[in-house]
Amino acid sequence: MKSVTNVIICGTGGQGILLASEVLCAAARHAGNDVKKSEVHGMAQRGGSVSSHVRFGEKIYSPIVEKGSADLVLAMEKMEGLRWSSYLAPHGQLVACDLKINPMTVNTGSAEYPDVEAIIKKESLPVKLIPAVEIADELGNPRVVNVVLLGAVSSHLPIVEKHWEMAIKERVPQKALEVNLEAFRKGRELSG
Amino acid sequence: MRKKLNTISEGTILLSGNEAVARGAWEYGVHFAAAYPGTPSTEILETIGEEYAEIDAQWAPNEKVGLEVIAGASFAGARVLSAMKHVGLNVAADPLFTLSYIGATGGIVIVSADDPGMHSSQNEQDNRLMGKAAKVVILEPSDSQEAKDMVGEGLKISEDFDTPVLLRMTTRICHSKSLVKVGPRKEIPVKGYVGDIRKRVPIPVHARLMHSRVEKRLNELSAWGAESSLNRIEEGDTSLGIITSGISYQYVKEVSPEASILKIGMSNPLPWNLIEKFINMVDRIIFVEENEPYLEDSIKSKFLIEADGQNIIPIEGELNPEIVRKAVHPGTTGEIKFIDIDLPSRPPALCPGCPHRGAFYCLSKLGASSTGDIGCYTLGMMPPHNALETTVCMGASIGVLSGIEKATGREEMGKLVAAIGESTFVHSGITGLIDMVYNGNTGTVMIMDNSLTAMTGGQENPTTGKNLRGQVSPVLDLEQMVAACGVRNIRVVDPHDLPEMEKTFREEMARDELSVIITRRPCIMAYKPEKISVAKLDPEKCIGCKICMNLGCPAISWDVDKPDISSLLCWPNCNMCVQVCPVDAISKDMEGLE
Repeated sequence: MKSVTNVIICGTGGQGILLASEVLCAAARHAGNDVKKSEVHGMAQRGGSVSSHVRFGEKIYSPIVEKGSADLVLAMEKMEGLRWSSYLAPHGQLVACDLKINPMTVNTGSAEYPDVEAIIKKESLPVKLIPAVEIADELGNPRVVNVVLLGAVSSHLPIVEKHWEMAIKERVPQKALEVNLEAFRKGRELSG
Repeated sequence: MRKKLNTISEGTILLSGNEAVARGAWEYGVHFAAAYPGTPSTEILETIGEEYAEIDAQWAPNEKVGLEVIAGASFAGARVLSAMKHVGLNVAADPLFTLSYIGATGGIVIVSADDPGMHSSQNEQDNRLMGKAAKVVILEPSDSQEAKDMVGEGLKISEDFDTPVLLRMTTRICHSKSLVKVGPRKEIPVKGYVGDIRKRVPIPVHARLMHSRVEKRLNELSAWGAESSLNRIEEGDTSLGIITSGISYQYVKEVSPEASILKIGMSNPLPWNLIEKFINMVDRIIFVEENEPYLEDSIKSKFLIEADGQNIIPIEGELNPEIVRKAVHPGTTGEIKFIDIDLPSRPPALCPGCPHRGAFYCLSKLGASSTGDIGCYTLGMMPPHNALETTVCMGASIGVLSGIEKATGREEMGKLVAAIGESTFVHSGITGLIDMVYNGNTGTVMIMDNSLTAMTGGQENPTTGKNLRGQVSPVLDLEQMVAACGVRNIRVVDPHDLPEMEKTFREEMARDELSVIITRRPCIMAYKPEKISVAKLDPEKCIGCKICMNLGCPAISWDVDKPDISSLLCWPNCNMCVQVCPVDAISKDMEGLE
């Protein structure tokens, strides 16, 4: 088994990236790993790009993932997934929410939102797009998109389901626990 | 409910560097802590406030006051901590440099959170240079465990050697999480205040003696540091020796686990004896450090050695494992299968519903602009507003506006106002306003009062009526304060009321007397809406004029020939798009939402 697992969770401010990375860290700890994670607060959060790096394994030094070494990139917004695709290892997998959020540069007309599907094809990127917004809507809570996505990537990572559920129970408030566990299971079904 | 961290006295927990500093303050008996918020340091005092009731903790109006109050508490024998971002230390530099002479009675740890890469800052200054200039001890943690431990070490050094200690963090240490072994709090009694004029009044005759003690202290500390576990040699392959500190140490371990490493934990004064030993041990030396070649310059000038460092490691920006790998082991980078894709950038923007938007929209509409300051409203410089043209430091908007008027006269200054948030105004804007009154300026100062220190995540300040722990405190009355400075024309306006906002700008900018406009509406983070309400577009009425796009609202994007309003992003108590639409194509139910 590889000694270190590298994950990048990315998206835009307010999408629950920090909660998702907290859950991943807690799950990785339950699985007995050393864990580090890194993200940047402040200016980055006013609707800008946000990313969280998570590394776990026997012993971790750098809290940030090196380019070309991510086992997994989890994107809450599809263009943000492309932004981090060069961090993927040759065997890496990018899982992205099939959601488009225009950056201000597109709104103000100084840039165009790219054709994400065409780029994925052209660059032969290992991307799986997940309709997590629809799934969360079906569950009646648009705020669980991040946990649906965690479920969808959970089987790509060397963490068993029991440890994921323990982590969710610790990190999610009691009243939202059931819907979050359900969201995780729905996502996990997709990862097959 | 989650247990407060002060109920946990053993075990291993995942903490950010900032949380670890707060933990260290608690475990090592800090009595009193004060700070002004500033990314990336803010969570230190926030965590103390939320988790560690045993520490008396408060927001200060600015970093200088924050340092002065902890200095006083130290004089009275309390263990103390103050935290600030790197540029905050510039504000606190005046007390710092003399506190270095006076020393510490209760241990003093001052956290400087530097921001290599400028994730959220206006410059990239390396405060190791500042600490060295102030002749204080500098400690540099490389993960959260060390951040916690070094608070304890720092307090002890401070008391044993009678010196303030600067704990120099960086963004990547502050905001990365790693495992920390925790312990119980050690209660240490406050010694009590005993006056000592010769120790604490640096008139020249005293200060000369103090300076001698400082130089002696630095020599003693250098010798002590060579024996301390703060600095260590990790002996490996002696053909390559790497001298490093802080987060760079982690990158070195990642890419060069076989090399011999001199890890510097105390970077002022440097442990010369240990460094000499390391130099004699290895064949080749590389310095791996972020930003300034601080270790490199100091060590090269002392020992006159040949070594690599700045010639292969960039002085600008944040390091990462990739940069260090390329510099230390060129040609060994692994396969990069996927290339960088050129994509539109996603810069930060004023939030949907942000009160500042109304002010910048109106300035822009009038062809006016502003001298700016430090806060969310710095984003007024972004398109489509482009209505903020300068930023220097906290409070500078006012001085810069006065200076422009002095150079050009009011007429030629044109349509410029100063734009400053209420927290920044209290921090260091008021002296600029006093100067304007005193020296006969006639410009317009806009105090953007959103009742929160917002940019750093939403902290209380003297104008909000609450303190760090959320308890009720007296409200600083901005109108009275401005009036007391001698300003005769004071207007208060709701920036969401666009016609009124525009009219106020027109009238005040035309006045040939000094005026202050207070734009008052709470930050959206301070307002919990009663219900959800989304603006609706009537596509039949919309003429595609794009005026609504001039608001620069993240909830409104352009969809071929008409705006698309996001139900996810639209903010309940904001209807600025309804106000600007010339054909009433946008409507919104605002009942009960004012």
